[in-house]
Amino acid sequence: MTGTHLLRSPALWVWLVFAALLFGMPALEPLFSHIFPGIRPAVFDRDSFVALWLSHAWLVLLSSAASAVLGIGLAVFVTRPAGRDFRAIVNALATIGQTFPPAAVLALAVPAVGFGPRPTVIALFLYGLLPIIENSIAGLAGVPSAILEAAEGMGLSAAQRLRRVELPLAAPLVLAGLRLSVTIGIGTATIGSTVGALTLGTPIFDGLIGNKLPFVLQGAVLIALFAIATDLTFAEAEGRLRTRPGQG
Amino acid sequence: MIELQHVAKRYGDRGIVEDLCLTVAEGEFCVLLGPSGCGKSTTLRMINRLIPCDSGTIRVGGEDIATIAPEALRRRIGYAIQSIGLFPHWTVADNIATVPRLLKWPEARVRERVGELLQMLRLDPASYGGKYPQQLSGGEQQRVGVARALAADPDLLLMDEPFGAVDPVTRDALQGELAHIHRVTRKTILFVTHDIEEALRLATSIALMNRGRLAQYGPPLEILERPADAFVHEFLGSHGIGLKLLSVRRVSDRMRSGETAEPDAAGEPVAADAPLRDALAAMAARHTDRIPVRDEQGRRVGVIALADLVR
Repeated sequence: MTGTHLLRSPALWVWLVFAALLFGMPALEPLFSHIFPGIRPAVFDRDSFVALWLSHAWLVLLSSAASAVLGIGLAVFVTRPAGRDFRAIVNALATIGQTFPPAAVLALAVPAVGFGPRPTVIALFLYGLLPIIENSIAGLAGVPSAILEAAEGMGLSAAQRLRRVELPLAAPLVLAGLRLSVTIGIGTATIGSTVGALTLGTPIFDGLIGNKLPFVLQGAVLIALFAIATDLTFAEAEGRLRTRPGQG
Repeated sequence: MIELQHVAKRYGDRGIVEDLCLTVAEGEFCVLLGPSGCGKSTTLRMINRLIPCDSGTIRVGGEDIATIAPEALRRRIGYAIQSIGLFPHWTVADNIATVPRLLKWPEARVRERVGELLQMLRLDPASYGGKYPQQLSGGEQQRVGVARALAADPDLLLMDEPFGAVDPVTRDALQGELAHIHRVTRKTILFVTHDIEEALRLATSIALMNRGRLAQYGPPLEILERPADAFVHEFLGSHGIGLKLLSVRRVSDRMRSGETAEPDAAGEPVAADAPLRDALAAMAARHTDRIPVRDEQGRRVGVIALADLVR
């Protein structure tokens, strides 16, 4: 990809705006004090926004990685002959995981693992599982049977068929599931601040409790930009996978 | 090359293949022919162990296939199917290179072999090697499918209605190319079809199956001239058998050699190795009852007359 192509990427621009606000928020203090007179400090300063973001991103990364490993693993398992009987059960369990409101999962997880980042990771992990499982199963099950028959008939072992044929062909759908899961995760991680996780939601809840509207605004804008930039990045990766000539 | 002894396959209490015995000699082009559901595809897939057989023994090149690991067996046998199943995320060259790479051929030899095969199937290596399957027509895709089956130079080729889904003109061309490949390489080919014309054109032997059993096995001419039972007679199309005989016999079998100077036998000559049907068609089209015959070099070698066709 050349430099000029890079400049045409919307994801890059959103990331740049996000980074500028993340690092430059304290510099906007005069602006916020002007709009919200009487609120001091006008910019959230209990933690740096960079630290909040790093913690937020780390929680999402950790839980999404776990969802991806388990989700793709389960999808692979239930699309093998040995696991076919479990497909309905796995789908049902993942759907139940999705119907639980994340707040409820947090509430239930706190007594079990205590306050801090852990209940948030558990909630995000469970919540992010369904889109990955659903999409991965759809992707793997959607590989045309003629292709699988040809692969088997030519002497590819089951592992070779999975790695060289099935996973590459399912990749666009798996990636779409991952995208949904991560994007939802970024939004949902916000409420982790209510149980002691450090996220970009922390200023929002501080602001709500202390009646400091600018804090709410600062957290919300940063989370929105973070989610949009991530989503656009996934969209571009997906686009590249799909427009590869082999994908039609 | 292939030996089936009392092979059977059942699904539940329904017998798909029953007590099948069949021996295909090396270099044969054996066509498994029969109506749909007669067990011909199942038979083919039992030979490369895509389907396990319930009883009986199958030998390939003298070896009992039950003693060979399925993957190793399949890499020794070319396999082409009607739906082709090219890998859409791989280029044409990578598709063809599948089995040689599984067999860990040196990369230089793989590339050389891919070029050879593309040429053999009349696809320009420079322009086709880097294309993706979706960029090819159906006929081109099937050519690549055949090239992929031939890639590791297997002694045995299994083909399951490979030309069933292409248009008649392309099918005709592909049949011609496959017949040519068979003549040149002398590979043993086991070919499944329900198309009698295709079987008559390609086969050196036909195994006609009905309800999981072998109805008749022999050279095309023998099956046409001496159908074993009422089913065979009917399947061949009782009324059209005479015309089908014309598809099997060659002009060279019936022509009058040396009669080159006859003034009434004019016009484009028919090839000596063409089926008699072509000579009949030419006569009907030109309103004549005598046509000159040429050999492969294009020299006039004789004449064939309408009366010769029905002798």
